[in-house]
Amino acid sequence: MKVEQISVFLENKAGRLAEVTRVLGEGGINIRALSLADTTDFGILRLIVNDNEKAKKILKENGFTVGKTNVVAIEVEDKPGGLARILDILYRAGINVEYMYAFVQQSGENAVIIFRFDNLDEAIKVLQENGVTVINGSKVYTL
Amino acid sequence: MIYNEEFETLPREALEAIQLRRLKNTLERVYHTVPFYKKHFDKHGVKPDDIRSLEDLHKLPFTTKQDLRDNYPFGLFAVPMDSVVRIHASSGTTGKPTVVGYTARDIKTWSELMARTLMAGGATKGDIIHNAYGYGLFTGGLGFHYGAETLGASVIPISGGNTKRQIMIMKDFGPTILTCTPSYALLLAEVAEEMGVDFRSLKFKSGIFGAEPWSEQMRQEIERKLNLDAVDIYGLSEVMGPGVAVECIEAKQGLHIFEDHFIAEIIDPDTGEPLPYGEKGELVFTTITKEAFPVIRYRTRDISALYKEPCRCGRTLVRMERVSGRTDDMLIIRGVNVFPSQIESVLMEMEEVSPHYQLIVDRVEHMDQLTVMVEVNEEIFSDTVKNLQQLENKIRKNIKDMLGISTIVKLVEPKTIERSEGKAKRVIDNRKI
Repeated sequence: MKVEQISVFLENKAGRLAEVTRVLGEGGINIRALSLADTTDFGILRLIVNDNEKAKKILKENGFTVGKTNVVAIEVEDKPGGLARILDILYRAGINVEYMYAFVQQSGENAVIIFRFDNLDEAIKVLQENGVTVINGSKVYTL
Repeated sequence: MIYNEEFETLPREALEAIQLRRLKNTLERVYHTVPFYKKHFDKHGVKPDDIRSLEDLHKLPFTTKQDLRDNYPFGLFAVPMDSVVRIHASSGTTGKPTVVGYTARDIKTWSELMARTLMAGGATKGDIIHNAYGYGLFTGGLGFHYGAETLGASVIPISGGNTKRQIMIMKDFGPTILTCTPSYALLLAEVAEEMGVDFRSLKFKSGIFGAEPWSEQMRQEIERKLNLDAVDIYGLSEVMGPGVAVECIEAKQGLHIFEDHFIAEIIDPDTGEPLPYGEKGELVFTTITKEAFPVIRYRTRDISALYKEPCRCGRTLVRMERVSGRTDDMLIIRGVNVFPSQIESVLMEMEEVSPHYQLIVDRVEHMDQLTVMVEVNEEIFSDTVKNLQQLENKIRKNIKDMLGISTIVKLVEPKTIERSEGKAKRVIDNRKI
């Protein structure tokens, strides 16, 4: 049920994001989704790619600090209130969302959103009990 | 103007006779009261009796900051604690400070030397002294304070910080002498300007600035912006505190060392050999009147040169050149001594931090600013901003707790920090002084 996400530490300076995408592109890695969190002096780039191991290896070879985290990909109805319904379920269960970002591709009729939770297993359990579709890792990488 | 005409203008022979007598007494005393010195002298095969002339001083072994550290906190005190009336401390190389003590007579001596210092810098009994050196464990504030009172001047014990209030007090109380670090003097000038206060409308005549390295250019800037005469003062807590040497306002050419209390030498920092007058090397001090904390041939790590030529102010005391650098990697940040190794040990204690760090020192709006760059490795990296910011805060707090200085902590990508011959360059000092 879990999806592997890789994250990259970036200093806030010109050309760093371009460098990450360039080396991944040259390595034949396809970025499926991404989000960038930034502060005044650094940023954290989070990526879902088609080949995690290879992407990690390429980034490390190019001197980046890379981390691996498990996240959850959730199908959200692509209509008003779709996301609100899911967040409400999480709120009621007392589950805190660290961060989230949207997937570019749809899964059928639905939007796909990546969630990062502190307590991943608990979150998956609650979501499934409430009939929310949690997408498999292997499926996400090829969406 | 000379506070102690007799001792500050002694003929050299008379001065040297006093030095030798006092040196012999000091050596006898430390040999019999401080186990460290007995062991140290014995190991080098020298006894107090072997010192028959001032030249014989060279036979004695050096005392280093490491020796002080090894005897933390009171191991080098030459009197029992009930004779000690004051304790001061300065930061050491591993986070433990260097501790020094004073007897009642030491305080009296120090106060006199500070009165001499103030008068050399243009102060008299009738002056109001605005003392913005920090009061506390640091010797600056209290050293100047006691000197001012001994001189009979009026002292405003304002200490450091709260700059706007300082300007208000300067306007209202009309102080005539300013004592603070040179960088703080420039900050005062700037804040005064922002507040619409013109230093020319204040009553300052002169200022005595020290506790950090500065330059001739900075002197000119201070004199221009603050409309006063600026003189340089030298001292270090291991030897006494401020008041070891000072420039005279008449010549402003080198600092007169109070040789009736301290013997100064210049040595080659690599070989330890004494160097002749006029040559640059490491300053070494021996105290010859201190009771609680005498030091024998203490290596200051400060680079200077000594000059014997008489000065037009009338003092016969040897002059030292303005300190131009250090033989070790010590940084002076806003008057606080900081060794890169201290920051390193703070980082090492935090298991999650990689040892790759770099210190960048800048002078921003006349104040020193220390930035600690830490390379982010996989162990400390996190995908959440919160965790990384917590890490930055923790490093900042640990450094503040340990060294008492505020820093900017900046996380950087691996291999950002320049490495020369495989070794990281630990310090980049961008200050133009």
